[in-house]
Amino acid sequence: RWRLSINAAVLTPSISRDFSSGHNVLPDGIDRTSDSFIQNSTKMESIMAQLHSRIRQMLVLTVEVAEGGGEEAVKRHRSRNKLLPRERIDRLLDSSSSFLELSQLAGHELYDEPLPSGGIITGIGPVHGKLCMFIANDATVKGGTYYPVTVKKHLRAQEIAANCRLPCIYLVDSGGAFLPKQAEVFPDKEHFGRVFYNESRMSSEGIPQIALVLGSCTAGGAYIPAMADESVMVKGNGTIFLAGPPLVKAATGEEVSSEDLGGADVHCKISGVSDYLAQDEPHALSIGRNIVKNLHTAGNEGMVNGFQGTISDYKEPVYDVNELRSIAPTDLKQSFDIRSIIARIVDGSEFDEFKQLYGTTLVTGFARIHGQPVGILGNNGVLFNESALKGTHFIELCSQRNIPLVFLQNITGFMVGSKSEANGIAKAGAKMVMAVSCAKVPKITIVVGASFGAGNYAMCGRAYNPDFMFFWPNAKIGVMGGPQAAGVMSQIEKSKVKKEGIQWSKEEEEKFKGKFIEAYDRESSAYYSTARLWDDGIIDPADTRKILGLCISASRNRPTQTTKFGVFRM
Amino acid sequence: TNLTNTENSNRKIEKLLIANRGEIACRIMRTAKRLGIQTVAVYSDADRHSLHVKSADEAVRIGPPPARSSYLNSSSIIEAAVRTGAQSAIHPGYGFLSENADFAQLCENEGFTFVGPPASAIREMGDKSASKRIMGAAGVPLVPGYHGHEQDINIMKSEADKIGYPILIKPTHGGGGKGMRIVQSPKEFVDSFLGAQREAAASFGVNTILLEKYITRPRHIEVQVFGDKQGNVVYLYERDCSVQRRHQKIIEEAPAPDILSDFRTRLGQAAVSAAKAVGYHNAGTVEFIVDTLSGEFYFMEMNTRLQVEHPVTEMIVGQDLVEWQIRVANGESLPLDQTQIPLSGHAFEARIYAENVSRGFLPATGVLQYYRPLPVSETVRVETGVEEGDTVSMHYDPMIAKLVVWGENRAAALVKLKDSLSKFQVAGLPTNIEFLYKLANHRAFANSELETHFIDQFKDDLLATPNDSASAEAAYDTAKHSAALVAACICEKERTLLKKSPPGGLPVWYTHVPFRLNHHATRTIELEWENEYRDNTSEHLTLSIDYLLNGNYLIKIGENSISYLEATVTHLGDHDFRVEADGISKNVNLASYVTDQTEHFHIWHGSDHHHFKQKLGLDLLDNFETHDHRNRESASHPPGTVAAPMSGLVVKILVKDGMQVEEGQPMLVMEAMKMEHVIKAPSSGIVSGLQVSIGQQVSDNSVLFNVKAGVDTKFRFITGCQNSCGYVYCIIITNFSYQTHLLPKLLTCIDILSDFRTRLGQAAVSAAKAVGYHNAGTVEFIVDTLSGEFYFMEMNTRLQVEHPVTEMIVGQDLVEWQIRVANGESLPLDQAQIPLSGHAFEARIYAENVSRGFLPATGVLQYYHPLPVSETGEN
Repeated sequence: RWRLSINAAVLTPSISRDFSSGHNVLPDGIDRTSDSFIQNSTKMESIMAQLHSRIRQMLVLTVEVAEGGGEEAVKRHRSRNKLLPRERIDRLLDSSSSFLELSQLAGHELYDEPLPSGGIITGIGPVHGKLCMFIANDATVKGGTYYPVTVKKHLRAQEIAANCRLPCIYLVDSGGAFLPKQAEVFPDKEHFGRVFYNESRMSSEGIPQIALVLGSCTAGGAYIPAMADESVMVKGNGTIFLAGPPLVKAATGEEVSSEDLGGADVHCKISGVSDYLAQDEPHALSIGRNIVKNLHTAGNEGMVNGFQGTISDYKEPVYDVNELRSIAPTDLKQSFDIRSIIARIVDGSEFDEFKQLYGTTLVTGFARIHGQPVGILGNNGVLFNESALKGTHFIELCSQRNIPLVFLQNITGFMVGSKSEANGIAKAGAKMVMAVSCAKVPKITIVVGASFGAGNYAMCGRAYNPDFMFFWPNAKIGVMGGPQAAGVMSQIEKSKVKKEGIQWSKEEEEKFKGKFIEAYDRESSAYYSTARLWDDGIIDPADTRKILGLCISASRNRPTQTTKFGVFRM
Repeated sequence: TNLTNTENSNRKIEKLLIANRGEIACRIMRTAKRLGIQTVAVYSDADRHSLHVKSADEAVRIGPPPARSSYLNSSSIIEAAVRTGAQSAIHPGYGFLSENADFAQLCENEGFTFVGPPASAIREMGDKSASKRIMGAAGVPLVPGYHGHEQDINIMKSEADKIGYPILIKPTHGGGGKGMRIVQSPKEFVDSFLGAQREAAASFGVNTILLEKYITRPRHIEVQVFGDKQGNVVYLYERDCSVQRRHQKIIEEAPAPDILSDFRTRLGQAAVSAAKAVGYHNAGTVEFIVDTLSGEFYFMEMNTRLQVEHPVTEMIVGQDLVEWQIRVANGESLPLDQTQIPLSGHAFEARIYAENVSRGFLPATGVLQYYRPLPVSETVRVETGVEEGDTVSMHYDPMIAKLVVWGENRAAALVKLKDSLSKFQVAGLPTNIEFLYKLANHRAFANSELETHFIDQFKDDLLATPNDSASAEAAYDTAKHSAALVAACICEKERTLLKKSPPGGLPVWYTHVPFRLNHHATRTIELEWENEYRDNTSEHLTLSIDYLLNGNYLIKIGENSISYLEATVTHLGDHDFRVEADGISKNVNLASYVTDQTEHFHIWHGSDHHHFKQKLGLDLLDNFETHDHRNRESASHPPGTVAAPMSGLVVKILVKDGMQVEEGQPMLVMEAMKMEHVIKAPSSGIVSGLQVSIGQQVSDNSVLFNVKAGVDTKFRFITGCQNSCGYVYCIIITNFSYQTHLLPKLLTCIDILSDFRTRLGQAAVSAAKAVGYHNAGTVEFIVDTLSGEFYFMEMNTRLQVEHPVTEMIVGQDLVEWQIRVANGESLPLDQAQIPLSGHAFEARIYAENVSRGFLPATGVLQYYHPLPVSETGEN
């Protein structure tokens, strides 16, 4: 009798009502006892372990045992009373505040030598309650010189800053361009010169540019503080010159120490290249904080823009966000309900779905994240005609109402086949791509699974200028899946060799496919993507809600822009 | 004149001017207000914003800060009284003008009631030799001695032999110990006598000598007396004020421990005789010196005022002595006669001073940056005249507060004293709280081994010995733990504040755990701590704090340290935290303030208190080389430098540059807090760099001169051990179980038959005695409601859930009984004294599903609002 009544208690209906008064609370959506769930969890555990080991390796490389004298470099760095770049940022930030680091694994296995975090740390965080973009050279990595990916990461940070109107704080400690790779660093439009172009343009738009010279700042690098609105130099450590002492001697025969050539005294007292003289590094960092304190315009516009209506006493999701680590799909063929992810991202797990019964392979709806309103688009299968039309409709809605868009990508593409083409799938897809391209509200893309083909376009891939884009570690990106591509390529290759009168054996074909699939797998991995800055970083699925909250907050910093769509093919 | 007298006696005090400051002014006003008497405060410029001014109905400025121009200035006080109204009286408090006969006389002449003794009594008792003469005549015992004019050495010797050795030789003039000699045996007498004569002649120009019996182990015991204008005098028992430092009392207690009641009566009667001999009325204290060896007592002097330590007497007699003062001044008779004055329990008073214990208890000055005396109750009093933010200045006595506690007996009061001292929180200036705590914890103090040399005798236990490496290491370890707690509390407080009002309206950037992508946020806090066991050298503590995802902090101390502490912190309010670390959760208080580019942190937890400093970064404006580093370096001086131990005035300089001095040799004299302080050479050597002149005002820690260091000699005092007393076990039987949740029918049945109740109770007592039971227990019976018979079921050998119903009907705290019995005390009440009053119910509120057969339920208490409690209901 005891057992019976206990069961009766469990079976009473509307468990979700126990947690919330809302009627729009999403159901749990996962079956924790199913084989597929357990298998997926186990696989995901090893993927997370891999992520953590790579992060640890990256952190350790910068801090302790980097090859090429890394440990020695850190020791030397510290012996000059210099802090590591993340420590510098920590001291600039408001204490106990959050920091959204970008492209942490940039440069990962990209060059012959390790280049932890691409040799530069970038990210967003508050100083005196004002959000700033930090761009900090890591002098312990190749003397802080700019590799091609370093330049790319620097420019991406400036792009986000310009986009979100975030004051930039440059923590300069760099030897300038990495000379052996000058061809990939110097000449092109999106190369080193763009750094100063961006600085000027942002300054002209009233986005403050602040440079703290904590180390050397040679040649082209000299323009970072020189172009800044305000700059600080540390006595003894900071130097600014167009040519260092060796080059000066070679050019003119003049023998001069670097301190006398371009030290803080010279630039703060004589040349006027710098504005504030700091006695040591902590002093420089506190002057930096003070400069931000006195910025009168920064951060104000976001408060008066159209994205108002944030509520402060929001609820946490009803379900455990850590379960996202088990939900993340490791087998991209396996289907799952994207709502189980939404339920672990949005406030109170409350989601007001739009057009729930139409075009069901795309889930659209309204919710809040950390009190901030958002419109969410998530994939529940391939995009059909109806799904694309629904997506277009929803994007138009949010653009008109100034609601930021969140794309949860798990897409293998648009539906193919004769029926689909006859239905005008290309037309429907074009509408959605048009809507995504033109929407001027903040857009944030999270790739939770697959990101293939034109689906990547319609769901706001990198080319569509999402304000932020992150990958889960299990995610894959490519023009199509490896096996599909291998299938296409082997058919072409087969017909080509057939013309030469050669018949492929089954094994030969499999070998050809296998090599192709292997290359595809490698190049479609999240690590391959993030190392090349095709995204803004790989994140722990459990941090998704948190990161979305930070990104939306950062993008609310800019004034509202009016969306104007192009010609929709009807 | 008859008519005027009647008028005078009918004239009651309606307004009271308190010619004093600080805690005593506040104390007097409290009683005055209770009696409906209006209060007038007087203040010097230094006290314009102080508590006694705010507490008064009216306040009048009487002059600049120095006491002689304000609180000692009788004419401005009288003028203040005149300006604030005719019907007033003047209460002098203690100190200042309280024992000034001329002032008392002046008050009466100007038509103000002086709340104190008659001027004549003040005058007679103020003259030390005259008072002894009067006392001798009145039969009050005096220290045996010779005070005659005849100074012939042989006569003196025979007088000395008559008195008995050891004997004290003392010049009749002067003081400060000059010319004093203690003579242990007759053969030393002549040399000592001649030496004393020579020294007296040299120092005071007069070489007359007096002889007194030297009391080797003296106790300072004083009796509170009270007289009315009708000539009645009573005594309100004695106080023991033996524990003194710099001849000032720091812990007082009443009654004096280990005194037979016959001795108490004799003391009291002697005190009453003393008072009567000078026609005393109002409050007074007769001081006696008690020879602990012989058990004899001798009259020392009479203090003709309400004393600092009067609260301990109030606590044991349950009377308000200020009220008595006012009533007596009004001409009323004493409220109680001798036989009516109760003596109940035991009380302690600890005086909390701003002082540097390690610098020989020198007075300290500074700002009370944080001041949180513990909450008061019926048995804990805090008498204070200051508030947080007030300055303890060099002009007046540096006492911050008096902590007064009461307990059933000395041991119980001592437990409360220790607890209260550990919770008395002051930051911003050095205090003697920790010293008092050590004193209260000393076994000799617990054993009442009281005598005036107590602190000297146990110096080694009470004061930190520098260069004690074992203690230094232990102290360092506890400091490290405290530092970790400080770090955790700083982080948590910051997080709560940021969460409450996120800067820039960006709450998502200041959520509970600071976000870092794929790693933990970490932070470094650097603290300085002074180790008193290592010559107060500053030790540097580097703490690295990880913000863990579950909201906890992982704290690592030191560069390569393996000591970790994981702490869970809840910020309860401004300075209050609950911290869980190493499996123990406890209350932690943290105070912080900034002075001179340094942030100070004070932490209290359990009985630990630590003070840490954190250097703040350079000033933002310091980006010029003209920056003056001297300010920051002034805190430490090179060895051999002698710095002023406190702020004060240089009154005498006894050395010159280049002079050879011995260790301990007086170098110069400073005056501060009404007292002279001799600055002595820290070591033997040569004086150089004398930087001050007579009449110069110097601030705390400013350099006075250098002495090139010589050899440092250290003294050690070794003390014996006392073992603690054994326990006596008693039997306690309490609850005869009224199980309210049985059936109302049964209760009614029992209610009617009190005979049945007695039988039940006796059976329960027999059951307990049969197993030699002590402490609380419950004997369960089954009662046959039809026959009225009862049968033993079982005995529960614990305090039961439902014990509160018993507590309610007997009006006792059973947990208190348990503690007292465990302490070896007897049962507080015997069977006949246990009342049975009214009826009580207990209803147990459970989380359960009544409709599902009372199944236990689980869940979160989303809303919990039990009703307000009262005397007749508790939760």
